Amino acid sequence: MSTTVTAKVRTPVRPARILLHLFLAGTSLAWLAPLLWALYSAMRPYAETSEKGYVSWPDKLTLDNFTNAFTQSDMGHYFVNTMLIAVPAVLVTLFLSSMVAFYVSRFDFRINLALLLVFTAGNLLPQQVIITPLYRLYLLIDLPGITMSGKLYDSALGLVLIHIAFQSGFCAFVLANYMRSLPHELTEAALVDGASVWRMYWQIVLPLCRPAMAALGTLLSIWIYNDFFWALVLISTGENMPITSALNNLSGQYFTDNNLVAAGALLTAIPTLIVYFLLQRQFVSGLTLGANKG
Amino acid sequence: MSSETTTKIPEAAPAPPPGAATPKRRVPQGHQRLLTRRDRLTLGLMAGLPTILHVALVWVTAFASIALAFTTWDGIGFDSIKWVGFDNFKELFTNNPQFWPAVEHNIIWFVALILIPTPLGLFLAVQLDKQIRFSRVYQTAFFLPVVMSLAVIGFVWQLIYNPDTGLINSLIGANEPGHYIDWIGDPDLNLWAILIAASWRHTGYMMILYLAGLKGVDPSLREASALDGANEWQTFKNVIFPTLRPTNTVVLVVTIIEALRAFDLVFVFNKGAEGTELLSILVTNNIIGESSRIGYGSAIAVVLLLISLVVIIPYLVSTFRKERRA
Repeated sequence: MSTTVTAKVRTPVRPARILLHLFLAGTSLAWLAPLLWALYSAMRPYAETSEKGYVSWPDKLTLDNFTNAFTQSDMGHYFVNTMLIAVPAVLVTLFLSSMVAFYVSRFDFRINLALLLVFTAGNLLPQQVIITPLYRLYLLIDLPGITMSGKLYDSALGLVLIHIAFQSGFCAFVLANYMRSLPHELTEAALVDGASVWRMYWQIVLPLCRPAMAALGTLLSIWIYNDFFWALVLISTGENMPITSALNNLSGQYFTDNNLVAAGALLTAIPTLIVYFLLQRQFVSGLTLGANKG
Repeated sequence: MSSETTTKIPEAAPAPPPGAATPKRRVPQGHQRLLTRRDRLTLGLMAGLPTILHVALVWVTAFASIALAFTTWDGIGFDSIKWVGFDNFKELFTNNPQFWPAVEHNIIWFVALILIPTPLGLFLAVQLDKQIRFSRVYQTAFFLPVVMSLAVIGFVWQLIYNPDTGLINSLIGANEPGHYIDWIGDPDLNLWAILIAASWRHTGYMMILYLAGLKGVDPSLREASALDGANEWQTFKNVIFPTLRPTNTVVLVVTIIEALRAFDLVFVFNKGAEGTELLSILVTNNIIGESSRIGYGSAIAVVLLLISLVVIIPYLVSTFRKERRA
């Protein structure tokens, strides 16, 4: 089909194609400009920019700001904090929501629709609607010896739990749709052969969901890594902060040194960029798999 | 919080629906009849545990917000909770100088996102869908901001807007004292400055959604339209765009919800100070600010909830109606 169309229009369209490429290349560059500007600022010494201004030719480009931002503000520590939150949150969210999805999509219980509705709607609520009571609840729950703060508040565990609770709404919805598309005969045959429900889930359905799980996993990693709001409200000690909210502190400390802040911001973005470039396909298919996501 | 979920677990594994065994339903029914008691218990736990967590942290707190909106509470001990009826709302609507600007800004946020980045994203998607070379490279450039944290985006754009060291003022020579254009501090400018950054990110998001929608358009439609001699614009307007209806619905819902959730960018820019108030910021200020007025903060959250429900309910109704049919 496309051959007929392109064959038909190829000759007259040539200059239009060049124009299109020029347009797209120009727009892409303009789109990247804020990031390139940040990179340029981050690569220049503070002394030089404070003397010559930021819009000036560089005498010297260095990576010092990156190393300084990393060491002075202890970014490694905050990266570890983020990992301690994101890794369990992503894995447990996928695990729990796949179980819910299995339940509602492979069986015909009467509450299925209501259950899925509860999960889906929950994920569409703005976070601020639930934050005030959640904050109070976290302060009430004592966990002496389990978390550093002795409470759910100000702990990685607290953030992991709210990420799981909130994101499982989205994942349950997407996975339920996915599992519904798998042929019913698969599980029926297993059931007739006497396989337990758990086996059906773990050995038959779950392996078939691998593409959807990979897509959701990529998406969740980026979302949870990027979270700013939950950590801002539910973590009070600087030490316990994940990287995005720690960056907020860094900029407060070094607010005159824009070069350092630029370097810090770019360093913070690097892990998500790596994930995106490595798993681009999964990420994009995850987004559109759940285009209903808010 | 547990009552809600414990009622769910026994219900979770009921006997198959009695009677009305249409041939269509017989398969899953027979399917379920094979379940042993142990299987039913497993299933109950599989659905029950995630539900307990989700309901406890999301729904119980959402309902608690509604309840607390009718009280005053300083947060210290439960005995200081006092029922005050609609007083919080009355004060909010009549006596809070930040409330109506916040509502207005949330609306502006939505209108701006739907008028500029959404059509732009659609336009870029249509261009990138033409099977051109380097499509991936262009896509990546437009999509990169979507991958980054909004907090990071806030810092990156501050390097552009900063009054004395920022890119814009340096370029136009407005970085001398006395000639400042204060993009972040001026209440007439700051919301628009932030919205440009927000649109920058939103465009890529919209582009990806529309690209996915365009991939689903039946190629024979395009072919037929080309054979009929329609030009590019006519084809798009009369053939392609109407088939994007499901994508448009998603885009509308996503954009409204993004506008209601908007928070990170504003917080990083100027903490929602003059000119950039948002409902989400007002709620948060009641928690992390020095004043802890829980009932009052909850009342703002309830307003936010009511606005969101206007979008969420019709959306869910249409989505789930489709599902039931499927």
